[in-house]
Amino acid sequence: MSTMIRLQNITKVYQMGEEQVHALRGVSVEIQRNEYVAIMGPSGSGKSTLMNIIGCLDTPTAGLYELNGTNVSEMNDNDLAKVRNKEIGFVFQTFNLLARSDVLHNVELPLIYGGVSSHERKRQAKESIARVGLTDRSHHKPNELSGGQRQRVAIARALVTRPSILLADEPTGNLDSKTGEEIMGLFDILHQEGNTIILVTHEEDIAAHAHRAIRIRDGHIERDELVTNRRVIQQAVHLSA
Amino acid sequence: MEFGEILRLSFAAIRGNKLRSLLTLLGIVIGVFSIIGVMTAVQVLQNGIESGLSNLGAHTFQIQKFPVMASQAEWLKARNRKNIDLRQAEYVASRMTHALYVGIESFDNGETVQALSGEKTNPNVTVFGENPEGISTNNWTIAEGRTITAADDRSGNRVVVLGKDVVSKVFPRGGAIGQEVKVDGVRFTVIGIFEPKGAALGGPNNNFVAIPLSTFMAYFGGNRRSLNIMIKAKGPEYYDDAVEEARFLLRTVRKVDPGKEDDFSIFSNDSMIATFNDFTKYVKLGVGFISFISLLAAGVGIMNIMLVSVTERIKEIGVRKAVGARKANILSQFLVEAIVLCQIGGVIGIFVGILAGNLAAMALELPPVFPYDWAALAVLICSIIGVIFGVYPAWKAANLDPIESLRYE
Repeated sequence: MSTMIRLQNITKVYQMGEEQVHALRGVSVEIQRNEYVAIMGPSGSGKSTLMNIIGCLDTPTAGLYELNGTNVSEMNDNDLAKVRNKEIGFVFQTFNLLARSDVLHNVELPLIYGGVSSHERKRQAKESIARVGLTDRSHHKPNELSGGQRQRVAIARALVTRPSILLADEPTGNLDSKTGEEIMGLFDILHQEGNTIILVTHEEDIAAHAHRAIRIRDGHIERDELVTNRRVIQQAVHLSA
Repeated sequence: MEFGEILRLSFAAIRGNKLRSLLTLLGIVIGVFSIIGVMTAVQVLQNGIESGLSNLGAHTFQIQKFPVMASQAEWLKARNRKNIDLRQAEYVASRMTHALYVGIESFDNGETVQALSGEKTNPNVTVFGENPEGISTNNWTIAEGRTITAADDRSGNRVVVLGKDVVSKVFPRGGAIGQEVKVDGVRFTVIGIFEPKGAALGGPNNNFVAIPLSTFMAYFGGNRRSLNIMIKAKGPEYYDDAVEEARFLLRTVRKVDPGKEDDFSIFSNDSMIATFNDFTKYVKLGVGFISFISLLAAGVGIMNIMLVSVTERIKEIGVRKAVGARKANILSQFLVEAIVLCQIGGVIGIFVGILAGNLAAMALELPPVFPYDWAALAVLICSIIGVIFGVYPAWKAANLDPIESLRYE
């Protein structure tokens, strides 16, 4: 296994008026290729900050972050945008699809910014949509889809650039438990196919799908342990509906 | 990210807010409409005047008692001038060395031409008395029959050449040549028909006849009238000398004291067009200035709506940044949207403006005009307005923090 993510003594300090807020106080973690990691913690623990840094939406105040062998901790905005485009696939709690665009265009979006030609873009987007079982919904707008379908579109969008890591922030937070199970089943399959998945959640049930749980509290790693009693949905759920 | 994609995005965003976009670009439409409408109308009038002036041929100028375009004060002053009489005109004609032709002309408006068969025109025909060279300096050409000769003029023959409008009224079935007509009750023999000329703005069109100058003097009270002298220079290179020579000769024969201004007016096509252009220049400047201000106001409207649009789409901007959009991508997306908005307004404004301006052409029965230069300028101005007023909202969008935008509700 090769190291996908190496965080060394990452700190993040926000200036809130007069006050300095220490969101991360020296976090060191290594995540290997094809790991399935849950980052857990109560709100205000710093897990969102950690996720933003891992997702290259933010840079650390101090410390080293190597993603897939590249030091990204001191990159400028444009380089970070490039890394987000090529290396990271985001899945958000609120789906964050473009409301006015259809499924195909939403999934194409990262490829547009990646400078992929129109023809190739369509091909890859369709392939990605097929993987989440939404081919027959390609020309629907997000508001014509159910919550579970929307999240699958978001997953297709995250996968379309074949990123190094899939970064999911409470991916089931806006779904009922049955649909949530479906989505987690999809993540399980993606993991089995070799993807590296990082899951940010505060639900133990959801975290139980991962191999490893990293618990954050007050800007520190409180515990970093392998998950016993893993729940893996072996049976592929209906992906066509 | 290719430009076509950015353009597609802009149109999608504008379509997404049809009413709002329409109201916003209305300001641009009005600004561009007023520029293009007025410029088209002025161009139409200008073309009309130029075609009207083509009465006078190339490097030809005319001398007459009254100025052609003048204020009332100038005109009243000119009323006190002595008439240009035949002796003075012939003095000039016989001494000019740089002239190819010197035409001498007088005319009378509002006459009736009647055939012996009884067919007649309305009393609105212009009768020109011309020496033979006057036919040439007027740029008239004979379609049928013959022109007025020196012999006709010498003997005061009662011969007439008819304009096309008169022919169609008086000889609707043709066969005019050799027939007799009455011009203001005096019998004339038709010797020729003129080639029709393009309608001139307010000019006599083809509703005129020409008779020898001497005959005109005898029958139409020519001695009471001031004559016009038309001089065609031997070539363009002689034109300025010819003007100076004619001025000198006429001043001499009219005994104008040195140092006093001319007591006659000299003009050419060029000088008339220049006079008209002087006048329209101020119209253009005024309209241009007002339109510019209205475009500025419209630009502020564009900026306002783009700022609203950015605020509404903060989340979208966050998503785009999360999946890899760079600042430049977001900047160009919003900037192009503002420019496209302006351009749509501009194109509508150009289209409606040209239509409105050409209504003037239709009313005056002049050929329509497409002011390419102004249209191009309008497109350019719209782009500049789009850039000036779009760049701040676009810059604001590009510099949004991706984390905060994603969290924005």
